[in-house]
Amino acid sequence: MELMINGAKRSSGYPANGMAIFALRNELNLKGVRMGCGEGHCGSCTVLIDGVPTTSCNLPLEALAGKRVTTPEGVGTLEHPHPVQAALLEEQPGQCGFCLSGILMSAVALVDSGRAVSEDDVRAALDAHLCRCGSQPRVIKAVMAAVKKVKTV
Amino acid sequence: MSTVMLARGFVKNSLDKNPNLGQWLHFGQPHKVTLMVGKVDFGQGISTALAQIAADELDVALDQIVHAPINTQDSPDEGVTSGSFSIEHCGGAVRMACATLKAVAVARFCAARGVAPESVTVQAGVLSSAQTSQPMTYWDLHLDDQALEPVLQDAPAKPQAQHRLVGAPIPRIDLTKKLFGGPSFIQDMDLPDLQHCRVLRAPNRAGRIVSVDEASFYKKFPDVEILRDGSFTGVLAQREDQAVLAMALLQKLVTWQLPANLPNAADLHTFLTTTPSEQRIVDEVVAKEPLNPSATHVEAWYQRPYISHASIGPSCALAQWTNQKLEIWSHSQGIYNLKSDIEVYLKREFPNGGAPEVLIHHVEGAGCYGHNPADDVAFDAALLARLAKGRPIRLLWSRADELRCGPSGSAHLVKLEAHLSEEGHIDNWTHTIWSNGYTARPGRSAPGSLSFVAAAELANPFETPVSLDPPMSAGGGGDRNAIPLYDLPNYKVVYNRLLEMPIRTSAIRALGGYANVWAIESFMDELALSTQQDPVAFRLKHLSDTRARAVIQKAVEQAPWWQDHSQDEEGVGRGFAYARYKNTGAWCAVAVRILAGTSVRVTDISVAADVGLVINPDGVKSQLEGGAVQSCSWTLKEELMFTNEALTTSSWDDYPILKFSESPVVTVALIHQPNEPSVGAGEATQGPTAAAIGNAVYNALGIRVRKLPLNMDNILKSSG
Repeated sequence: MELMINGAKRSSGYPANGMAIFALRNELNLKGVRMGCGEGHCGSCTVLIDGVPTTSCNLPLEALAGKRVTTPEGVGTLEHPHPVQAALLEEQPGQCGFCLSGILMSAVALVDSGRAVSEDDVRAALDAHLCRCGSQPRVIKAVMAAVKKVKTV
Repeated sequence: MSTVMLARGFVKNSLDKNPNLGQWLHFGQPHKVTLMVGKVDFGQGISTALAQIAADELDVALDQIVHAPINTQDSPDEGVTSGSFSIEHCGGAVRMACATLKAVAVARFCAARGVAPESVTVQAGVLSSAQTSQPMTYWDLHLDDQALEPVLQDAPAKPQAQHRLVGAPIPRIDLTKKLFGGPSFIQDMDLPDLQHCRVLRAPNRAGRIVSVDEASFYKKFPDVEILRDGSFTGVLAQREDQAVLAMALLQKLVTWQLPANLPNAADLHTFLTTTPSEQRIVDEVVAKEPLNPSATHVEAWYQRPYISHASIGPSCALAQWTNQKLEIWSHSQGIYNLKSDIEVYLKREFPNGGAPEVLIHHVEGAGCYGHNPADDVAFDAALLARLAKGRPIRLLWSRADELRCGPSGSAHLVKLEAHLSEEGHIDNWTHTIWSNGYTARPGRSAPGSLSFVAAAELANPFETPVSLDPPMSAGGGGDRNAIPLYDLPNYKVVYNRLLEMPIRTSAIRALGGYANVWAIESFMDELALSTQQDPVAFRLKHLSDTRARAVIQKAVEQAPWWQDHSQDEEGVGRGFAYARYKNTGAWCAVAVRILAGTSVRVTDISVAADVGLVINPDGVKSQLEGGAVQSCSWTLKEELMFTNEALTTSSWDDYPILKFSESPVVTVALIHQPNEPSVGAGEATQGPTAAAIGNAVYNALGIRVRKLPLNMDNILKSSG
């Protein structure tokens, strides 16, 4: 199957009805897509499909066909971090950081949407993501900082 | 004089077992210092803090410190990374090792260049002096020849005033990689020709397989192998997606025999008080004065259910078993203890010799918050690797495995009794605990028993140990924080540790300190309010410890919402609690503001803590804040559910944890004590946060809830 991931054409020999996460992680080596619960409950495996945050552990690979897929590897670089990455580095929210990959994707979708965003919008946008270390308050602060920064640029 | 300076901030326990310089530091890589430690990172940021200590002491840049991989062959054996001891034990050892080697380097430089020691300065590992034009570096001075020399406990470590990195809010050295999608966790590891496994687990650890319809299985999955030893069963596939599908089918093809041995989840009180237990007097102080006969007697019972560690990343291990070697990659908190328990199995299996040498590599996993299934999955992987006959395997537990088969935090019951004098003073205090023990970590079980979940499933099973407790010198277990911190003329603490363990329990963050502090601090509020006293003032009245008083005052003073009630809507409540973690660790006070409607939501938390000398203030704040948020989750929502024969909690749907929309705003203040020893911070907020929430629920609703979690069900049941 032909795929468009992080702006590049990739091809997968995995079964079309298999879960996308295994092709992304194990075949295409995109380990930034973290495997959390395998049931679509925790948000760790979130990727963007045509810009929409979607869990990949309960999604058939064929759902990626013909779409633009973004994984954490495709968001920004150390030299040119996405404003959300820059804000997360600044705020240092991670403890173990396992959930951050998925949170990053939902936060990027929210900030890139360009719409006016309140703190409640941030909480709502991240509500599908579980964090066990209790970094939620810092993550919310960081995403709000990114929102403000994008607005003022 | 200098000895006092040196001991500052640290104790030296890790040096007893690992006394030599070469066990801690190497200079083989040009311009880099390789730091070898046995304490592992699982999200608490210890690797950053240790790098700060080492870089400061040696006068090198932070990025000149390289952490050596942690494994059972090369790393110092520092036991288990637990109990908030890492900064005290490992940090102290690293500091002394660095100070010892720096002194050697300075002496050698002085000898080589004929300069006076007072003239020497070190920067980025370069030693220079105004008395010579020829500087030298650590790497010129052959410091590795000191490898077999002891770390000197009176080496001239830096005084606090000269620290550049210790005490500074240095960003975590591991987070950047995680934020850019880099492989960061054991779950992301790969090996050539890696085979993927899943294991089959009964919803009750006493359950055993009656039969498996293997014929139907192999019809559907001819290329997937079933690996079995007794009831221990796994599947092995070339691809992970195949392993997942094959295990889903196998779960339908197995017939279990499940004993009806689990407690009545609706009546844990009876289970805890009637199960055979071992009773111990933890502490007793008898009053000099006879008890005032007119004193009022107050009594209350507090109960916590079983709760889960519930890591976001499911437990994982990789293993390969060849004739000579059993190599395991694990996120265990104690790889040396894991190794010793795996060797118990090997010794039995190879009574005449020929067992493989065990080598365990630590690889970071997701946050664990205590003894989660990290060790279980490693033993599973070793067994599967044996059955896989030389092929490297990777095993990942499922979410259901994590919740149903991993160790839990024990159900815990506390009965508190007190007598209050006419002046509103506590005259007499009795604290009685019923709980399972709080540790069944590898390396701590009775001979012949093994705590790994698979050990009891084998065709030739091992006995399952009943959880014990760390000694009080290590903070205790079920009795942690049960000795009252208040100035009481007369008290008694009794602990009944259960001798049967139908639901598996082990270490969870703060151990018994969570439930005991919740009970004590709820009771303190009850006592204060029953005599019309302000709960905060009532605590201060019974507390002469100045560092305790300081955090209490700070926690309420820094929160504008504590005094200001002008914005209150209906359902707002405030609550307060205090404890010194383990009675010897961090002083911590917590004030909360809640909103009680159809559920309880914590809107604000104010934390004040005193952890002595702070290595990384941002790291300490992050740990305290995260602990407070996690405690909100435990306190408001969490409870493992079961019938008499099976645990029924098997997904995040059954075990909701605090969500972003429910997350409080948290403010943390640190009381700076640069001249006091560092004490651990990672677990200090767990207990006080719980009690503060319970007290706020009472403040908002007038309902005292003595049964966790503080959900609507328990609130309504308590209102009658």
